[in-house]
Amino acid sequence: MPFSAPPPASGEPFVLSASLDNARHLSSLLRAVHFQDHATCFATASGLRVTVEDAKCIQANAFIQAEIFQEFAVQEESVMFRINLSVLLDCLTIFGTSSLPGTSTALRMCYRGYGYPLMLFLEEGGVVTVCKINTQEPEELLDFDFCSTKVVNKIILQSEGLREAFAELDMTSEVLQITMSPDKPYFRLSTFGNAGSAHLDYPRDSDLMEAFHCNQTQTNRYKISLLKPSTKALALSCKVSIRTDAQGFLSLQYMIRNEDGQICFVE
Amino acid sequence: LSRIGDELYLEPTEKGLSLRAVNSSRSAFASFLFAPLFFQLYEPGGPTPDTERFRCKVHMKSFLGVFRSLPSLEKSVGKCLILLKPRTSRLVLQLHCKYGVTKTHNLAFQECERLQAVFDTQHCSSRLCAPARVLADAVVHFPPTLAEVTLGTGPGGKISLRNYVDDEAELSKTMVTELWLAEDEFQSVAVSPGSHITFCLKEFRGLLTFAEASNLLLTISFDEPGRPVIFTLDDTVLEVHLVLATLSDLESSSLPTPTNGVSHLPTPADNLADDLESYMVALENSGCEGASGGPPSPTFPLHTPRAAQSDPEEEEEDRAVPGTPPHKKFRSLFFGSVLTPGGPGLAPTQEVLAEDSDGEY
Repeated sequence: MPFSAPPPASGEPFVLSASLDNARHLSSLLRAVHFQDHATCFATASGLRVTVEDAKCIQANAFIQAEIFQEFAVQEESVMFRINLSVLLDCLTIFGTSSLPGTSTALRMCYRGYGYPLMLFLEEGGVVTVCKINTQEPEELLDFDFCSTKVVNKIILQSEGLREAFAELDMTSEVLQITMSPDKPYFRLSTFGNAGSAHLDYPRDSDLMEAFHCNQTQTNRYKISLLKPSTKALALSCKVSIRTDAQGFLSLQYMIRNEDGQICFVE
Repeated sequence: LSRIGDELYLEPTEKGLSLRAVNSSRSAFASFLFAPLFFQLYEPGGPTPDTERFRCKVHMKSFLGVFRSLPSLEKSVGKCLILLKPRTSRLVLQLHCKYGVTKTHNLAFQECERLQAVFDTQHCSSRLCAPARVLADAVVHFPPTLAEVTLGTGPGGKISLRNYVDDEAELSKTMVTELWLAEDEFQSVAVSPGSHITFCLKEFRGLLTFAEASNLLLTISFDEPGRPVIFTLDDTVLEVHLVLATLSDLESSSLPTPTNGVSHLPTPADNLADDLESYMVALENSGCEGASGGPPSPTFPLHTPRAAQSDPEEEEEDRAVPGTPPHKKFRSLFFGSVLTPGGPGLAPTQEVLAEDSDGEY
């Protein structure tokens, strides 16, 4: 991973400095994991990872690899801080969220280190905004220990098929039951609400199915309130991979293509 | 149907699948009968031919929740399967969508009695038939919050629609909107003159929206005030009935059967617009018979018998401008000309509320 240009002329050492021509590449991804106010940012030479957690039950990660940025430099081995994600998003979209063709907000992000605020320089059409967001002590993050080698069932679907389904989920149901099986019904999403039960079946030979690797019949129930936030990521993505391990942990990985055709992942 | 009631009654019959609803005060009932031809497959009975026809009702909201997003339904759903499973008490609605995806909804239902309103379109004295669009366009002039509307027949075959004003309402503060439709806007008009009915607009609007979208002819069958009005939509595969209770005319004490020559005192109505229009129309018309409701109700005041002359000015007013109260000075004009010689049985005590300035007789 080649190191980017040296720190700015001021000479102050920034442990993290990055430049992005189109801030939307970052803001849209962050929005996909924005279901809590705070997030932990973890930067290494490979890129930036933003993690959001809720009640020790669910964790979302947005990965923005260094290649997405025009400039990405990390001076230490890793840089980690906690930040208010709502504020960060507000700043990144300070010029508005509507995407007019041809106009984009340029971003320069600088972080001097522990205790210092995160500096954002945003420019659009000659107007420059400087934002300073206070950083906090990073909290201990949950390690779900979801190992790709321990995956029991894996399905890759085109997001188009799931988008509507997730949007129309019966919210009077407390749980979302996911059944994955090598036999019928293959892949089923079920809710049990006030009106009755509803089942959404995806056959394994459907055009939407990109990959179907189910070894065991598994039926797991998850709190629907925890899954609802994932609809944001689903809406942005083109493909989603659904994996479960022997313990029933569910891992959803979303492949998101940005305006320039670059690929990022949110899980 | 959701505009009417909170519960959807399903009744499979030999003639088709009937979906019905009734409102809480039992003053509105609607039924949609889908003929077997409407479906790709229709099996009303149980496994054995003599199992009793099963009826059930489900919560309207639950049922509608299945068909939540109409545009996406049109795009993605290929076919819909409806199964009634009495043993598991479930109504199964299965949508077969594109990409092989299947959405199955299992709704809980309740067994119920047969829901049927008592009505008979054959014995109604009046019947109107028009494309739904005509009535939808007419109804659009009334405020969305309006509760009741009065449909009336005038001489010359004209049909009027007017918002119903409560007796207790302050007449000087209410806006009265009146709309007249000419006979040729309707496909057929077979009405007993001077008849009128007042019914709830909300449920009617619901039906109109459906009728307009499906481009069907709407038939309105009605009788005296107090007897229900029946709106019917007929198609080869669909039969829709909406039965609404109408306001009964409590003031109309023993209305005589309309016979030629019967006349009554013209009412000194406070409702200016209302009376004036009808007077003007009445004068144009010949041999209008029949009497309508008593003074306080905002209905057609009593028609007068044939006028010997027809005032030229009334012609232009006849093209009723909805909602515009005519000028006060015309009132006296018409009151005067009403007293035609030879008008049989006219009571001598004719009340003239304003002095005529023109003196044209």
